[in-house]
Amino acid sequence: MSEHIVKSYEQELAILDSKISQMGGLAEQLVGEAFDALASHNPARARATVASDATIDLIHRELEEQVILMIARRQPLANDLRQVISVLKVAGELERVGDLAKNVAKRAQTVSGETHPKGLLTGLQHMTDLASRQLKDVLDAYAARDAERAIAVWHQDEKLDAVYNSVFRELLTYMMEDPRNIGLCTHLLFVAKNLERIGDHTTNIAETVNYMTRGALPEGERPKGDITSTTLVSGPMR
Amino acid sequence: MDMRPDPLIMMTTQTAQATVAAKPKIVARNVNVFYGEKHALKDVSVDIPERSVTSFIGPSGCGKSTFLRCINRMNDTVPSCRVEGTILIDGKDIYDPALDPVQLRARVGMVFQKPNPFPKSIYDNVAYGPRIHGLSRSKGELDQIVEASLRKASLWEEVKDRLTDSGTGLSGGQQQRLCIARTIAINPEIILMDEPCSALDPIATARIEELMEELRHNFTIVIVTHSMQQAARVSQQTAFFHLGHVVEVGETPQIFTNPTDKRTQDYITGRFG
Repeated sequence: MSEHIVKSYEQELAILDSKISQMGGLAEQLVGEAFDALASHNPARARATVASDATIDLIHRELEEQVILMIARRQPLANDLRQVISVLKVAGELERVGDLAKNVAKRAQTVSGETHPKGLLTGLQHMTDLASRQLKDVLDAYAARDAERAIAVWHQDEKLDAVYNSVFRELLTYMMEDPRNIGLCTHLLFVAKNLERIGDHTTNIAETVNYMTRGALPEGERPKGDITSTTLVSGPMR
Repeated sequence: MDMRPDPLIMMTTQTAQATVAAKPKIVARNVNVFYGEKHALKDVSVDIPERSVTSFIGPSGCGKSTFLRCINRMNDTVPSCRVEGTILIDGKDIYDPALDPVQLRARVGMVFQKPNPFPKSIYDNVAYGPRIHGLSRSKGELDQIVEASLRKASLWEEVKDRLTDSGTGLSGGQQQRLCIARTIAINPEIILMDEPCSALDPIATARIEELMEELRHNFTIVIVTHSMQQAARVSQQTAFFHLGHVVEVGETPQIFTNPTDKRTQDYITGRFG
């Protein structure tokens, strides 16, 4: 790509990308830390995770301000226009990812005193790994302007949905087995839902990366695998 | 995100397609222009749809004004200039030796960068064309043409009480609208505009752009502009000229959000070509 005649414009666009990468890195880190706090029953760690979401929000606001200024000052066109608009959208998605991770950390604090049935966290661990991988991949695709890679993430999300479906059923089963599990399992169900939503945000980012590089939305129906909205597990009749 | 096509977007896309599918008013094929030894325009082929605004953009010296001046044979007045290729208006060759260039220019009006009213009254500026072309049979009829033209140019309310004042006494923006009124007084089919707003302030520019939006329902407008934002605002089609070639022609939204040619992208985003 040839450089802008106006050097400060070139610098401003570069700053947008570096802030997205900074925000993305933090979001990725937050997702991992939130789960670790949950798995290790560590409320202090959970509190630290909750606190660091504020940095993501701060960068989000800075990016919004800078994009508004650039639209007013530069009137970006073509690929620049697509980049500036994409930054605004991706920053919004990452901010949501941060919020969801923060919520996981909050729940980790709440349930830190509870004993987890053995194996209960395996599914959530798997979901965290998948969500983090998708996030990392889509951020790499953004940085490399790689639409193919972004579309791969877009398709990958079905896997995360599938694990979510099984975690959903598993948690319902635990609840039916022993009503004392209901408090803990409800929180874990929300954790699972948050992780599933993080996956959805990564697919939104993937669509934006595709738009930014190709100037078009991905073709065809978006792959969807979350069937929990229509799932009902009935308990044994008394 | 819901992936179903947005009905509003589909509608605008269809409208845009309808614009492009509209019958071409002007068809240029392999137009080459030479000024002496200099090859200014190289194999230019463009279709310009009727009743819409087409903008020509490109760096200085790219040939966009040269091409604009071919459309009403203004280049005939430059002795060293040679034009090759075909330009058809409504399917008729405008370089046909049997065709009278004066009659052609009555059908193809032109507005220039610098407002150039005649040193005559506001009334006479507009009445001049209809008089020499014999478009009115009486003073009353001429008055009507002058008023209608000034109204179409959104100038009537500002000048109706001082029609006998000199046209050169108006502000720059008013002078430019007077020139547009003068152009449309002889009821042309095509209006060529060569950077019509580059000498105007933003308010006067907005008035001209509003006027173009009104006029495009009745006229075919071709505008040369250095302002990318103006091209994006006023036109339905955009052609990008570079080094005498037409690099890319397309619907204006596509050119400014997703151009196909790298040279177009580099130019409109302000990068080194």
